[in-house]
Amino acid sequence: MSAETHLSARVVNAGPAAGPALISQEPLGFLGGVDPDTGVVIETGHPLEGQSVAGSVLVFPTGKGSTVGSYTLYRLARNGLAPAAIVNAEADPVVAVGAVISDIPMVDQVDLSRIQTGDRVEIRDDVLIVSSTAANTAPP
Amino acid sequence: MDLSAEERAMLAGDLGPGVAKALEIIVALGRVYGARGLVPVTSVQVAGVSYRNLGEAGLQFLTDWADQGARAQVPATLNPAGIDALAWRELGFSEEFAGRQMAVVQAYEALGIAATCTCTPYLVGNVPSFGDHIAWSESSAVSYANSVLGARTNREGGPSALAAAIAGRTAAYGFHLDQNRRAALRVVIRCPVRTLSDFGALGHLVGKHARDKVPFFEGLGECSPTQLKALGAAMAASGAVALYHVDGVTPEADRSHALLPEHETLVVPDLQSAYAALNAEATEIDLVWFGCPHAGLDEIAQLARLLEGRRVAAATWVTTARAIRERAIGEGLVASIESSGARVLADMCLVVAPMQELAFRTLATPSAKGATYVPSHAGLAVRFGTIEQCVEAAITGIWPA
Repeated sequence: MSAETHLSARVVNAGPAAGPALISQEPLGFLGGVDPDTGVVIETGHPLEGQSVAGSVLVFPTGKGSTVGSYTLYRLARNGLAPAAIVNAEADPVVAVGAVISDIPMVDQVDLSRIQTGDRVEIRDDVLIVSSTAANTAPP
Repeated sequence: MDLSAEERAMLAGDLGPGVAKALEIIVALGRVYGARGLVPVTSVQVAGVSYRNLGEAGLQFLTDWADQGARAQVPATLNPAGIDALAWRELGFSEEFAGRQMAVVQAYEALGIAATCTCTPYLVGNVPSFGDHIAWSESSAVSYANSVLGARTNREGGPSALAAAIAGRTAAYGFHLDQNRRAALRVVIRCPVRTLSDFGALGHLVGKHARDKVPFFEGLGECSPTQLKALGAAMAASGAVALYHVDGVTPEADRSHALLPEHETLVVPDLQSAYAALNAEATEIDLVWFGCPHAGLDEIAQLARLLEGRRVAAATWVTTARAIRERAIGEGLVASIESSGARVLADMCLVVAPMQELAFRTLATPSAKGATYVPSHAGLAVRFGTIEQCVEAAITGIWPA
């Protein structure tokens, strides 16, 4: 069984996208936070440390850290390791610029509490369609 | 967002993929910050030059963008690099780094950015007029342009400033709008603020308190442009201050308009806590650094006087813009400084230089901005004090007690 939820969003960088959600409750910085040659989160102590962002719908509250992080996203994309999409509560300029230069669809102003890691998330314009898998859906 | 027909055509790719990308970046930022439209810019300053920070990812991006035909449409200048383009080998920097750094500067030149490699574009001909909309990155230059020149810029990142140069526009939000240029923090000075390091120390204190608020200074009296440069640079390093007003000095400091009726007040009784915060315990000094932000001709002339007939024991670097160095050569100042053993260097900044390639452990500087960034960015223990104390440290190799 799967349940489908529609969430409203603001488009930061337009484009259709879909993938499994990878969720961090903590802000994420890309320079020094994600290895551009493996796609793996390398910031010590980060909730996503050791996990790959490649192909995921990457969900985190907002960006942090150096403005050079925009270029780390670009290098991820050049290496074929970019997330399929980025979903934020509030976009910050570093991640927004990184998404644009790397052609990664991005939305913000989303209620992140409605998404769980492993959910399938599809972005259609300014709507997020969240399908929770059977394994993720708690029995009533 | 309201875009003109021309802007929509640019976004649609009518002027090529490079211009379309620039518009996409600016429009995305406009969305994030709630801008109603775009505004033409007359000047751009681009940060993000050191290969140490950009890496291959940044270099690749710049090269790809230039290959798409992107070119600056308005006068645009470049921030400092990690090395002096001519003196890097004598200073001990590696050939590997120098090669990648030169490739970055060449990529920017291909994009139509003038390779000035300085954080003080306003000293080398990129001087916006009062009221001009501009797009500058480099926090100290942003502060100077907004506050001392009365031009209008947000704190751009490297890519967004570059996008503004290519699009000839930026999104109209933040400091482009009148209502965001008024002060929410009144700063009352109750102590003498005399030396260049005093102005930096004051900026360090106020920046920490203000974060990104606009401060309004009372009780500072007359200040020179060089003193304001040090004040603004320090506030932009310890905080994120992009604009400040100084009563009776800066061009927008008409109190009835510049200070919001509802404001917070900060009284500064002394500067001791800033001097304490910016000083480590170092006694032996390996390296003395003047010129953060890059030294003007007045600062170089002062150092020439202080070093005249003396010999330095510590490595002593004065960083400045290449064009200012040329003028200083013409006035005999570089020969005078370098006869002491000190060096006048261009193009570079120690904060973005690969300092780990060299063997320095301690540094002395009269720059509060430099003293804020050097410990974390260059890994050196820092002494912060007056120009005279720093010259003394250069001569003896020991921080004066």
